[in-house]
Amino acid sequence: MEYLHGHYNYWIVILLMMVGFYTVISRGNLIKKIAGLNIFQTSVFFLYISIGNVTGGTTPIVADGFEQYSNPLPHVLILTAIVVGVATTALGLALVVRIKEAYGTIEEEEIHNQDESL
Amino acid sequence: MIETHLSLLLVVIPLLAAPVTAILPNGRLPWLLTLLVSWLCFALAIWQFMMVMDGSVISYELGGWAPPWGIEYRIDTVNAFVALIVAGMAAITLPYAMLSVEKEIPRDKLSLFYATFLLCIDGLLGITLTGDIFNLFVFLEISSLSTYTLISMGQKRRALTAAYQYLIMGTIGATFLLIGIGLIYAETGTLNMMDLSARLPAVFGHRTVHTAFAFIVVGVGLKLAMFPLHLWLPNAYTYAPSAVTVFLAATATKVAIYVMLRLVFTVFTIEFVYVTPTDSMFMLLGVLGVIVASVYAIYQQDAKRVLAYSSVAQVGYILMGMGFASAMGLTASVIHMFNHALMKGALFMAVGAMVYRIGSSQISQLKGLGRQMPWTFAALVIAGLSLIGVPGTAGFISKWYLVLAAIEQQAWFIAIVILGGSLMAVIYIWKLVETLFFQTATEDISIKEAPLSLLVPTWILVIANIYFGINTELTVNAAEAAVNILENVRQ
Repeated sequence: MEYLHGHYNYWIVILLMMVGFYTVISRGNLIKKIAGLNIFQTSVFFLYISIGNVTGGTTPIVADGFEQYSNPLPHVLILTAIVVGVATTALGLALVVRIKEAYGTIEEEEIHNQDESL
Repeated sequence: MIETHLSLLLVVIPLLAAPVTAILPNGRLPWLLTLLVSWLCFALAIWQFMMVMDGSVISYELGGWAPPWGIEYRIDTVNAFVALIVAGMAAITLPYAMLSVEKEIPRDKLSLFYATFLLCIDGLLGITLTGDIFNLFVFLEISSLSTYTLISMGQKRRALTAAYQYLIMGTIGATFLLIGIGLIYAETGTLNMMDLSARLPAVFGHRTVHTAFAFIVVGVGLKLAMFPLHLWLPNAYTYAPSAVTVFLAATATKVAIYVMLRLVFTVFTIEFVYVTPTDSMFMLLGVLGVIVASVYAIYQQDAKRVLAYSSVAQVGYILMGMGFASAMGLTASVIHMFNHALMKGALFMAVGAMVYRIGSSQISQLKGLGRQMPWTFAALVIAGLSLIGVPGTAGFISKWYLVLAAIEQQAWFIAIVILGGSLMAVIYIWKLVETLFFQTATEDISIKEAPLSLLVPTWILVIANIYFGINTELTVNAAEAAVNILENVRQ
């Protein structure tokens, strides 16, 4: 039991990772794929933040009476990764807009039919 | 002054030039600025390479924070060599880009196009120079995001779907890499590559480290088009603007291969490779990649697509070299990284010159074109011979070292695959030559030879193919020095 609820944040990470990854693979709608990709990336943000937690540690601000702090570095790293994620999402959605203009649809299958690929 | 900040300048100059390029008026000006920046970077990269050629190491501390706390740019022979390839190919692609891009990109997008191009160069150079594994991820994303944009600027609408497909697969790859980095950070508490290499052996037995390694190999494998993860590559290379294809084919996968070499052999060290089946995995995927991709290349109906599948096969050779996990094998990999950049650059340039004249790279439309564009055709033939590995060309040197590595380990089957792959290359190059030269055009229209600004860069690369096939001093010495560093990294 301790193993289960003691690591509950990691279980959530794994769950989100699988949900996101499965959405990317299984959905034919280009917007839904981007949404899945977002969930997938978010799970990694959770993973990093969980790693930064120090048992009994406080917020990493220097103050009297507190000796043990959580590790702030993963938070900083993940801020960068969030920026990268936002840029990727923006670019992905911009491409979807252009695809919609060019093909008139955002369903993968219909696009393949139009191009006679696959 | 310049010498101390040399490595940083290589990253800072293109990064600062990119927004300037974006606000310049459309026309020749953005191109000119990009050209100057790329030549400057090439000069700096040569200078940097000279400084570390003797095996010394440049360590640059960003903001004066000493490693392992601060971000460190660490330049040794390996990454100076790869940075030289990137900067060199950028410097040679840009003169070619002027006319080719003006023909393929709408005029009102020119300055944005070149700004993105600069960001792509910047990301690739950054990946090679940094000694910090998280910094590497950030640069990887800079180069990837700009690459998606560049690909989507192709003329056909399928460029959009190709870019989208690459964006999805590339982001999954980068996120996998991010997971791997997070897990090894959790194990060791450091992000500096040298520091990681010193601390990881103590925790080699932990399952977290093995998981991290798997995530990293798959993530980087997606970026370098390692055989079943190559699906994004053929479409991306086929539908991207010609100049972009030239640059990406010559540099992007090479840089990803460098990342793989660096992370596997420097960060995780060769001992880790020996305790896991990594070497056999590289070998298996390399062999499959060479065979399957070469067969696909033979059946393609588009010249750019033939060359794209051939790129997947060439990555297979490089993976084979890594799979030997021996000094000779790694030397072959590093040499082939350089030589493949030369030959694929030249081939895509020749095909791009034909696209410039007739607006298509469909093989059925190329009939008889070789006789009307003799110089372009001759360039394609010589670069094609180099791809096959004919003695006297650069391609022969890489195949030679690869076969030597196979014989050294008495891996006869691998040696046969290498030779078989070359024979398949004969088939798909011959298919192009046959259409271009021996078939007659369906319509009798006269097509002029490609303009000089396309021909000169192509021929510089073709001559480089011959030069490095005869004088192997630079490539072999650099590769051997690089392998020494990769293998004996822990001092």
